[in-house]
Amino acid sequence: MASNTIDRNNPSGTGRHGPADLVSLPFTAIGRRSIRWVNNLGAATIFLFLAIAGIFRPKQLIKAVQQVYFIGARSVTIIALVSLFTGMVLGLQSYYALVKFGAQGALGTLVALSLVRELGPVLTAIMITARAGSAMTAEIGIQRISEQIDALDTMRIDPLRYLISPRITASLISFPLLTAFYDLIGIFGGYVSGVLLLGGVNAGTYYYRVQSSLDLKDVTDGFIKSIVFAVIVSMVCSYQGYFAHMRTDSHGAKAVGLATTSAVVLSCVLILVADYVVTSLLI
Amino acid sequence: MEAPLIEFRNVTKRFGANTVLENVNLQIYEGQVTTIIGLSGTGKSVLLKHIIGLLKPDEGAILFRGVPLNEMKGAEKSSYFAKMSYMFQGNALFDSMTVYENIALPLLETTNLGKAEIDRRVRARIEQAELSDAVDKYPSEISGGMQKRVALARALVTDPRIVLFDEPTTGQDPVRKNVILSMVAEYHRRFGFTAIMVSHAIPDVYYISNRILALYDRRIVFQGTPEELEEFDHPFKDEVIKSLESLQDELTGFFSRRQFKIRYLAELAGRTARDKFVLIFFTLGQLDKLASSLGYETEQEAIRCFGAYIEKHFGATGGFSTRRGNDEFITILPFSDLDEAEGLLKSFVKDFQEQGARDIQECSLKDAPLGECVELILNAGIAQGQTGLQIDSIVNAARQKQTEIGRIRCGENQDFI
Repeated sequence: MASNTIDRNNPSGTGRHGPADLVSLPFTAIGRRSIRWVNNLGAATIFLFLAIAGIFRPKQLIKAVQQVYFIGARSVTIIALVSLFTGMVLGLQSYYALVKFGAQGALGTLVALSLVRELGPVLTAIMITARAGSAMTAEIGIQRISEQIDALDTMRIDPLRYLISPRITASLISFPLLTAFYDLIGIFGGYVSGVLLLGGVNAGTYYYRVQSSLDLKDVTDGFIKSIVFAVIVSMVCSYQGYFAHMRTDSHGAKAVGLATTSAVVLSCVLILVADYVVTSLLI
Repeated sequence: MEAPLIEFRNVTKRFGANTVLENVNLQIYEGQVTTIIGLSGTGKSVLLKHIIGLLKPDEGAILFRGVPLNEMKGAEKSSYFAKMSYMFQGNALFDSMTVYENIALPLLETTNLGKAEIDRRVRARIEQAELSDAVDKYPSEISGGMQKRVALARALVTDPRIVLFDEPTTGQDPVRKNVILSMVAEYHRRFGFTAIMVSHAIPDVYYISNRILALYDRRIVFQGTPEELEEFDHPFKDEVIKSLESLQDELTGFFSRRQFKIRYLAELAGRTARDKFVLIFFTLGQLDKLASSLGYETEQEAIRCFGAYIEKHFGATGGFSTRRGNDEFITILPFSDLDEAEGLLKSFVKDFQEQGARDIQECSLKDAPLGECVELILNAGIAQGQTGLQIDSIVNAARQKQTEIGRIRCGENQDFI
């Protein structure tokens, strides 16, 4: 029966795999993937260092300010909404958990520590990835496939300096600021649900607990995380767009779409992985 | 012979298993317009991208003034690339920037010029490219032809010494196509840069090119002048030139140069050495002045209208015509002797005096700014030909005998014959 089977990809039957090949095939595939992965990692590292070096070259200020406006200022509304409801849900759930132990007075502590140490930096980074990171990949990807990046090269304008460095600068500025904003609104959200809506906690107690339970280290650790996330998001999103034309799974507009999806998914995964790593280092 | 500015030595380029260029050897000389012709997808743009460094050869070397690019030091290489500019086939304009911002970008990012100086240079290019109405528009808000002109203006705003044009006339109508080629020729004359162009616009590119390079089957199979290409005997001519070359000059409706030659040979076939015919050589002078004052479009309209006028006058008597250069026209009167042809030319001049000049003026100035006009000078020369004589020698004889036969003036005309 087997002799009657025709390989659709190789109808002539030339180059068929022998038994030895079949054993080595999985290892070949793993090896090929590993080499590709190492290559990509190397390329991404060089990409990141060149882009960071570009931050300190002339004529960057205006472009960086424009990106701060796009990544930072235009994300304020969505961050405010998400953080308010995160804080409110946190206040609501925590209140009913704490009240079982008669510890509802610790609501401020729980909300503040959860937000400042973890939820603030992580959710801010994920929200910026969704809003600005995806746009970053799509914009750079379209510039790539329409030869605009090649045009920069021919004009002796370094595309990394012109396109990527301002986005990294803007992310480094915007992420900590938006994280701080997220923390503040989130704490206020906890106050709204725990104090105003449920009325189970005294306002003074809530703010006293927030103030007394937060150390400066909690705040700085949160900022350190947000800076790490800023580098991850800006690098991953820019890299995916910049090399959208090198994708092997698709071409043109479809490649830009897939690059955008990859950028968002990879950024979110890396944010959570980095969160664990950074927390374990800082704790 | 002078040393080439850019030289390819055995350059090979592969993309995976696909070899696009194989042992390519070519020379590009300073100050010339060199056009690379070939069928679509044969690697012309790839070749161009090697010159500007967007691609690197897998084998072989690219030399600039005799020095291989891969042996140049960093500063030397930057100085080489700083001399260049590239106009992309798809324009590669920044779609989130206005026309003005697109043109100003290279100056803003690569020079330390002040804002006022940048503005002056950008405005000058905008005016030359006739883009004044589109300054604040985005590329998606203007026509394809205007986008080409924006790309051209951006490529020239840094005053480059070498300009690479990747199919600058693709998708343009005959007038626009010739407007762009005319702009390239005019800018080349004015600024003296070296132009390297990839184009399918045959025969139009012959009018402005000093040298033609033919890319065929992954190699350069011909390098020489457009005239030398006519004599080139190679499958490239049958497979490529014939398929690319339109039977007619799209602007004037005249025969293309090749078709003109075929018609010429057909007319002479079966004739005896005693049979005579006449060739008239026309030159429409001061077209450069017209282009710089009223724009390239008006210049091309003037050529088109004059072509139509010649066809109207001599076509009826069996004459057939072609363009020799941007402002040069040839008409053959196959059944006329010298006396008869002189009579026909006199009648042409008389008609030109009474009505023709006014018609051409109205026709070519229809889109020009109101009240503006440039005088054009019409020269003509007659030579008698006979079977056995080379067409080029008859053309040269007629060219040398040219005298001024009339002027297209603003609102009036004057003739001298």
